[in-house]
Amino acid sequence: MLHIVNKSPLANRTLENCLRVAAGGDILLIEDAVYAATKGNSFEQQMTKALEKFKVYVLQPDLDARGVGDRLIAGATPVDYGGFVELAANNKNCQSWL
Amino acid sequence: MTDATVKKFMFVNRKAPHGTIYALEALEVVLITAAFDQDVSLVFLDDGVYQLKKTQQTKGIETKNFSPTYRALDGYDVEKLYVEKESLDARGLSEDDLLVDVIVLGSAEMGALMAEQDVVLSF
Repeated sequence: MLHIVNKSPLANRTLENCLRVAAGGDILLIEDAVYAATKGNSFEQQMTKALEKFKVYVLQPDLDARGVGDRLIAGATPVDYGGFVELAANNKNCQSWL
Repeated sequence: MTDATVKKFMFVNRKAPHGTIYALEALEVVLITAAFDQDVSLVFLDDGVYQLKKTQQTKGIETKNFSPTYRALDGYDVEKLYVEKESLDARGLSEDDLLVDVIVLGSAEMGALMAEQDVVLSF
């Protein structure tokens, strides 16, 4: 299953809630959620822990827009819009944690 | 314009730059306020500090890259930019990561500065 998150981990608890509930599979961080997978963010440790249970993808254009393209944590995989489409197509279903 | 009509305006920016329209709208209102010769301060708190991050490139998400505008504020006599230290620390950012020169304050100093304003506008 694919889980999509678009909120900053330091602005509300959406990502935390996703990580608590989701059974495993793929997580795609887009929009303000990309900050969660950047080095030095206080959510970094929780994100690193999540890598043990999930495959974590991060939308590169959203990293670039925010000036943090060079700060992606190790273990997270950057994807472009084509990669986004592939993730959606290759998973049986998808939940957007709005 | 006489001094009596000048008020202390503070704009409090607490949202990351591209996920919502708040940051861009705040900039628009700041520029309007500056045109009325008011005492304008900009504050960047929480995810708002991300608005000032260097090297923002919005080509890939096809939106306006308004981050260079922060560098132009000086030209509109908007020179008081305050950033909270705790917010920078929580995001692994330092002053060197920011587009413009700012004054870094601790939470308590920020709260005191906020309390002395005539008008506080929240974004």
